[in-house]
Amino acid sequence: MTGDLFSKFDDIIALRQSLLAGGGEDPFSLVMEKVLSPTRAICNGRDTILLGTYNYMGMTFDPDVIQAGKDALDNYGAGTTGSRVLNGTYQGHKECEEALKEFYGMDHAMVFSTGYQANLGIISTVAGKGDYIVLDIDSHASIWDGCALGNAEVVPFKHNDIDAMEKRLKRIPEGAGKLVVLEGVYSMLGDIAPLKEMIAVAKANGAMVLVDEAHSMGFIGEHGRGVAEAQGVLEDVDFVIGTFSKSVGTVGGFCVSNHPKFEVLRLVCRPYVFTASLPPSVVATAATSIRKLMHGGEKRAHLWENSRTLHGGLKQLGFQLGTDAPQSAIIAVIMPDLQKGAAMWEALLKEGLYVNLARPPATPANMTLLRCSLCAEHSAEQVQTILGMFERAGKAVGII
Amino acid sequence: MDRAEVETRIRSLIAPFNKKGADIADATTFAGDLEFDSLTVMDFVAAIEDEFDIIISMNQQAEIENFGQLVDAVCKLSDK
Ligand SMILES: Cc1ncc(COP(=O)(O)O)c(C=O)c1O
Repeated sequence: MTGDLFSKFDDIIALRQSLLAGGGEDPFSLVMEKVLSPTRAICNGRDTILLGTYNYMGMTFDPDVIQAGKDALDNYGAGTTGSRVLNGTYQGHKECEEALKEFYGMDHAMVFSTGYQANLGIISTVAGKGDYIVLDIDSHASIWDGCALGNAEVVPFKHNDIDAMEKRLKRIPEGAGKLVVLEGVYSMLGDIAPLKEMIAVAKANGAMVLVDEAHSMGFIGEHGRGVAEAQGVLEDVDFVIGTFSKSVGTVGGFCVSNHPKFEVLRLVCRPYVFTASLPPSVVATAATSIRKLMHGGEKRAHLWENSRTLHGGLKQLGFQLGTDAPQSAIIAVIMPDLQKGAAMWEALLKEGLYVNLARPPATPANMTLLRCSLCAEHSAEQVQTILGMFERAGKAVGII
Repeated sequence: MDRAEVETRIRSLIAPFNKKGADIADATTFAGDLEFDSLTVMDFVAAIEDEFDIIISMNQQAEIENFGQLVDAVCKLSDK
């Protein structure tokens, strides 16, 4: 008899069934039937405010962005059917990389098919056998998978703990290459990293630094370049990783850098070489969006306003939040346990609000979280409506 | 540092993580017998790294399943 390779998933199947046994809606199979705007959709038949989409700057429905995509579809077709290093680099891919170089003020930009692949590719290629990767324990899955794909020694340290990072750097054998991997905003709790201090320590110990700014691009820092810009240390970052799937409003990933030999990565980075490039319409929407984000000062200010209002309001209602003060456009509401979290998620959905349910093992300290991500297109009025929904749902479920 | 000394020091470091007060021998496993989850592993590894001023990378941790293997690995790493 053949053994069932699926028996290792039995615990997960049982957990999911026990959650659904309550007759509730399944938090992981929601369907958006119609999308009305960056902040509203019809979900499971209901008109719903979107508060968990990472569409921070609301670029998904920007008319210039959409027009650029339509033009590219007409002029270049639906897809490239090829790798970036063979037949898959079109004019649009180069223009998109130009837009990124200008956005960050950096010498080189490399566009990947997703942000996940950008981390996978850069981390596994830059840090090789005998090198050390020193990374925050709360790093995104794509960073961990980048470590797993490569051959370097992997050394995690406690979240945002500068001392713990420094101790580990100092214990690395002399002569070994070092890559420190950090994030600007950590997406589970919405907290930011003390990049200024951490990068200074990394540099003092001879390490190169990679910062994933997926959740800060377009929003944090004077030009929206991220937390490293806001803390005045972008110059010291060797590699910035980012994604088009959040503020940029489409799909794709990238790395920007000033390293003089950066371009060699196009030849040696497997997740860049061995996959098809993004469709022309996608890179055209990305390039247009990135250029508009350079001038998004007012939208950034309104997004901060939304973040402060929601954070303050939820705190006042008595919810436990991931951070004491709003540090980004993510507000994490900490649930007492998975059952209550799922019940609260469902109560909010019935109120007409979509938030992100996050649960172990993706969460730090095995927490269950309702993650709210704000959009610059949420009106001040919508934020008040959202607070009312949280109040009713929280009381109904017995959390506040 | 001889093996006995390393073992004694690791035993005292394990105590706060050994919630059920399980007996510890060379064959005691961390995931199975001591029920360490990933967070406990991180704190425990950090405590050992600080005590002996060494690094135990994730790659090395993957090879360490029981107490005896940990003592051997620490002996080797702190000898360097
Ligand atoms: C920190 C971080 N890095 C990378 C990614 C991957 O981005 P993408 O959706 O483009 O694959 C994400 C988002 O999922 C993220 O949160």
